Amino acid sequence: MGILASTTSLTRYKVNGVLGENPIETVETGLKRNKIVDIDKEPQEISVGWTNFNDPYHPDFEGSSFLIASFFVFSLRIDKKSVPANVLKKHVMMEEKKRLRESGREFLSKNEKKELKDDVKQILLTRMPPVPYVYDAVWDYENGRLWFYSTQKTANEELETLFLKSFNINLIKLFPYTLADLELGLSDKEKDILNKLKPSRFME
Amino acid sequence: MFDIAVAYNQFKFLGHEFLTWLWFAIDTGQDSYFKDNAGVPYFFIIGNKIVCENIVEDNTVETVTIKGDNAGLEEGLTALKKGSVVTEMKLGLTYLEQTWEFNLKGENLHFTGLKHPETEKIHKKEDMEGAFLEKIYLFGKAVEIVDSAYLAFLKLRLSDSWNSVLQDIRKWIEPDK
Repeated sequence: MGILASTTSLTRYKVNGVLGENPIETVETGLKRNKIVDIDKEPQEISVGWTNFNDPYHPDFEGSSFLIASFFVFSLRIDKKSVPANVLKKHVMMEEKKRLRESGREFLSKNEKKELKDDVKQILLTRMPPVPYVYDAVWDYENGRLWFYSTQKTANEELETLFLKSFNINLIKLFPYTLADLELGLSDKEKDILNKLKPSRFME
Repeated sequence: MFDIAVAYNQFKFLGHEFLTWLWFAIDTGQDSYFKDNAGVPYFFIIGNKIVCENIVEDNTVETVTIKGDNAGLEEGLTALKKGSVVTEMKLGLTYLEQTWEFNLKGENLHFTGLKHPETEKIHKKEDMEGAFLEKIYLFGKAVEIVDSAYLAFLKLRLSDSWNSVLQDIRKWIEPDK
């Protein structure tokens, strides 16, 4: 579910800072340095990085491809692998039997079993293709706002972490309090009242 | 400014009160005064889902979900009578003869299931930039209008008028009392 989907989800952020003299160049550098790294043949379980909004499986930020009108547009990609528990169990048991047969022993120690399980998991992970999840982001740099097209907690946490790492700027999530405090132009007096507000009782 | 996590939890009730007030405003026709920044009126319609929650004395949460195209909202009002607030709501939005649909959760006011008015299908790669900008405008309009309604609520909530609004909401919830 991204920008171009017919139905989507949206989390809003305030971008708490500005880039240097050349924002386009800075964004390009941040995206390139933190672009998604393929883990297809690696034993890694997760990879998180930036990718192109319109071509998410070929991350390439050359030629300001992330710039549409005055917006920076890119996507967060999270590639995840997981070995199903029953698949791991099957392969661990097979490997245990093989080791016992080859060594002529009757059992493996607790440590040996743990090491074997870790080894088997690593081997299986290198064989499994990761599942890619792509979430679009639109950064309205002039107005200091960012829209992220997902409301999933994990995806939002990854976005906040990677954004800070890439651009050295914090994202502030907009929700009822931050919207009121930062975005809607309330007076200082109204903000003072807001900060002391307690819930109303709709029924006595 | 509070710590973000603290503020999120401490002021969750603001979003719940906003949705409860919004239902009241729509149901009693007070939303007819809603206008965007350019003075153009907009209208909300209650969609086919409302979730009400009541935190009872032992901190357990009672949830009432009303869902379905033909569902009556009376059970929602009954839940409000028992002290619930609206925590989630599906809304339709009409602005300049265009319609949007979305679900809003009170605690964060994030949009889910957001559908904007019909747009042209993209046939060529060259059309994508135009389609993207149109979508950004349409998403932005929904965001701007919800912000405008939330600001209208805040202006009341942070003023001396709130007690009077609260009395009106109580009468709406329980007209016979």
